[in-house]
Amino acid sequence: MTTPTLPSSAGSRFKSLPVISHLRMSSGLQRGMLVAGLVLCAVFILSSLLAPLLAPFGFAQSSDASGDFPRQAAPDAKFLWGTTSTGYDVFSRTLFGAQTAIWVILAAVVMSLFIGVLLGLISGYLGGWFDRIMVVLADAIYAFPSLLLAIVMSIVISQGQSSLFGGIMAAAISITVVFIPQYFRVVRAEVMRLKAEPFVESAQVIGASPWRVMFTHLLRNATRTLPLIFTLNATEALLTLAGLGFLGFGIEPTAASEWGYDLNRAMSDATSGIWWTGMFPGLAIVLTVMGLTLVGESMNDLNDPRLRRFSRKKAKRITQSAQAGASK
Amino acid sequence: MTITSPPGQEVSPIAAPKAKSQGGGFLRYLITRFLLIIPTVFILITVVFFLMRVTGDPITAAMGGRLTPDQLAARIHEAGYDRPMLIQYFEYLGQIFTGDLGRTLSDNRAVTEVLTTYGAATLELAINAVIVALLVGIPLGLVAAKFRDRYPDAILRILAILGYATPVFFAGLILKLVFGVWLGWLPISGRADWETELTLTGLQSPSGIYWLDALRSGNMEAFWNVAMHALLPALALGLLTGGVFLRLVRTNAIGTLGREYVEAGRSRGVSEFRLTTKHAYRPALIPIITVMGLQIAMLLGGAVLTETTFEWSGLGFKLAEYLTARDFVAVQGIVVLLAIIVAVTNFIVDVVAALIDPRVRY
Repeated sequence: MTTPTLPSSAGSRFKSLPVISHLRMSSGLQRGMLVAGLVLCAVFILSSLLAPLLAPFGFAQSSDASGDFPRQAAPDAKFLWGTTSTGYDVFSRTLFGAQTAIWVILAAVVMSLFIGVLLGLISGYLGGWFDRIMVVLADAIYAFPSLLLAIVMSIVISQGQSSLFGGIMAAAISITVVFIPQYFRVVRAEVMRLKAEPFVESAQVIGASPWRVMFTHLLRNATRTLPLIFTLNATEALLTLAGLGFLGFGIEPTAASEWGYDLNRAMSDATSGIWWTGMFPGLAIVLTVMGLTLVGESMNDLNDPRLRRFSRKKAKRITQSAQAGASK
Repeated sequence: MTITSPPGQEVSPIAAPKAKSQGGGFLRYLITRFLLIIPTVFILITVVFFLMRVTGDPITAAMGGRLTPDQLAARIHEAGYDRPMLIQYFEYLGQIFTGDLGRTLSDNRAVTEVLTTYGAATLELAINAVIVALLVGIPLGLVAAKFRDRYPDAILRILAILGYATPVFFAGLILKLVFGVWLGWLPISGRADWETELTLTGLQSPSGIYWLDALRSGNMEAFWNVAMHALLPALALGLLTGGVFLRLVRTNAIGTLGREYVEAGRSRGVSEFRLTTKHAYRPALIPIITVMGLQIAMLLGGAVLTETTFEWSGLGFKLAEYLTARDFVAVQGIVVLLAIIVAVTNFIVDVVAALIDPRVRY
């Protein structure tokens, strides 16, 4: 990973927030990609928050006062995106799917961040046999197909199927196990590098305890690149969740709405030309992942001065201000 | 590293221990790298074994509810699942060494037989997908690098992100809908028509890779049939990987296009086309080979989903079946085999990378 360049300290605190500062740095195509990503992310977050308000029906509702819903009905005025083979409203299920997705992403990323960073810090700073074992273990897990590992984990946690909370936690923990090695590797590598820095040595000389060195001196410095990994892992969490759901290892359809599961059901519809049951949950996955990826990718490019691009106007301004500064 | 996704693409997935001396050279690297396979595979087998057993014995999982408690206990005792966990573990390790992975619970076949029967189909799918990925990723990556930050580049990068963002099963769904159902051009499931399948499996010592078998027997009709069936799954899985390749080639070619020797070539009057395809292209390939190792893991994960989507009867398809049947002996066998495949491919990839680029060898 690249070392992020710190935004100039002249700006206010607000301006130096990760996404805001990137937005200010960007221009042209890069800004377009970042903005597009942010818009997609906002749509995703909003639809997950507002799903109960926006959705005309419940995610597991197949009838209302006027009787049972039609099955596999094409999109019309009442069912905007049609209904599934079990009579659920596709539009409502897709909206509620965002809710499930966001819970799983948050739970998975927070858990893996916490455990991964902790292990990386300890392992990198203390070294020795613990470090060696952790590295081999993390590499072994890292090299393994993540979906398979998630499958094994979800068997362990819930024997496959479960309730809403259980299902979300099972999916999140399965994904966590896959992610821990990634955070571990990044943080450990940073800690190994920082360990030799003078400020760490001086802390040691003063007599700071290993814990103090790790948590006050190393933690902040070693975790600078993590926001980036966060967006990337969020996409992978979402794709793994969908993959698990597609294989029938997700959350039961009556407990929560999940895009991958809906796509699994839609597979047999597709052979008879029914497109709406699969298209909408599928597009929801694609657009959400795209949004997160665009944000992560743009932030990464902007953090790397070699990839950062200025608009001609801005480049001129920079050279002018540099000349003005030099002539003073 | 400027490639961001999938995350953490460091050059080598397995950190080789740094040799103390500068000497030793290639052989030494080869041996240390080879020895590193053993702990990797061993750890994965151990982790999978204990994880699968934490929740209970496989027989209760598979047969629970269908047998009376007495029958269940008898079956468990018969299979030895009531013995201490550690003894079972060492026995399992011993079995693996002798190449015996037990028998499946749901259809009572030897796990090794399942692996050899369906492994070939997965291999075929993986090969097809890699071909698609290379055909798509390398030329388009070069185009994107050549037109850096202009419209072709922007469009290609967005397409690459789209490729990454689309789950294989959704790509499969769309391909099935468009080419199978609406246009009716291509078959949407299976590896071949049943007649062709019968002909091909009836051959003497079939390799199990259908197009290879069809070519060897000179049966062009069968080959055509197999190719038609293979196209959509290969596209679905290959485009996913192709997107990753595109981004890699792009970043690396941008790096090499800026080098002095390219500039020198340009001043000598070498054509732009040749500069891109020859001068900048070769050095940009090295990272692809190393990242390919990581892609194998992703490819196998994707294969599980692709096979389920297209009812392609390979390991992934069977894995999903056995998962639904709660047949954890079979699941464990397949997972162990995939772990070994991934470890060995990573080894091969690292060795190839070391052969190409001496700096890797410490």
